[in-house]
Amino acid sequence: MADLMSDPRRLVDPAINSPGREGLTGTAPASLYAPAVEREQITIAPDFAPADVQPAWRQDFPVDWPQDLYVERRDFMKFMVLTSAAFTLGQIWIGAQNWYRKRTGQPIIQRIASIDDVAVGSAVGFTYPDEHQRCLLVRLTTSECVAFSQECTHLSCAVIPRPSEGIFYCPCHEGRFDLRTGTPIAGPPRRPLTRIVLDLRGRDVYAIGVEERTT
Amino acid sequence: MKRPFSREQRATIIYGMLFFVLIVVVLQLWLLTTTMNAWLGGDDSIVWPAAAASAGCFALNVGLFRHLVRIERTRRDRA
Repeated sequence: MADLMSDPRRLVDPAINSPGREGLTGTAPASLYAPAVEREQITIAPDFAPADVQPAWRQDFPVDWPQDLYVERRDFMKFMVLTSAAFTLGQIWIGAQNWYRKRTGQPIIQRIASIDDVAVGSAVGFTYPDEHQRCLLVRLTTSECVAFSQECTHLSCAVIPRPSEGIFYCPCHEGRFDLRTGTPIAGPPRRPLTRIVLDLRGRDVYAIGVEERTT
Repeated sequence: MKRPFSREQRATIIYGMLFFVLIVVVLQLWLLTTTMNAWLGGDDSIVWPAAAASAGCFALNVGLFRHLVRIERTRRDRA
């Protein structure tokens, strides 16, 4: 017995709770233990219950849920990176449109109407600076006219002049703009209507420019 | 050779990255709407600086994603 105890090649008892070895740890080489399951192989059901109480279908077709969760997050991250790319492309598109707008230069000078053709408190429509941009000329007093783009700054619906109420009215979302300044006074629009710069030459009213504003 | 990250470590890493990427994407959305509003209002002074900032954010996101791919490749190579 004494020889056995002194033999360095003796089998090591892996149990740490055997008599005389209680409380000892790390005395047995790791090779004596049964190989543990790799942490990467452990699968956990969504209800966190042990595998043997899971339904048969889940035992037959086990899903590696932590890995599934990881792949979901990775795909979501990929989607977010694509969204980021889309936003960057949007910024570049604005830059390209800005370059194109500058390239076209100042809008032309265009005669709108004779002031005698527009009664005080009424409006006439025209297109400026090209045939796709509809605008409204409103005669406020005998000597005062204003003109604005007819496109609502919310979602580009056509605004309707209501000189008696002193507003431009957008029927799509109940937007209202001040008739004299074009600033939004009610509804969803936040930016004022695009102002058409006017010039009165004799009895004729001319459009000489476009003024876009943020406030 | 570097030891590959475990699954738990990778999950923590991806949550951290996702948090960062989401903040950057929300920032980009704000940048886009602000730029669009200013440009439609005739103010074109911020168009290109905003585009450069957005491109920087995108580069940051791509860098993070590439780092994630590199982590996975290290794990696969070790397996």
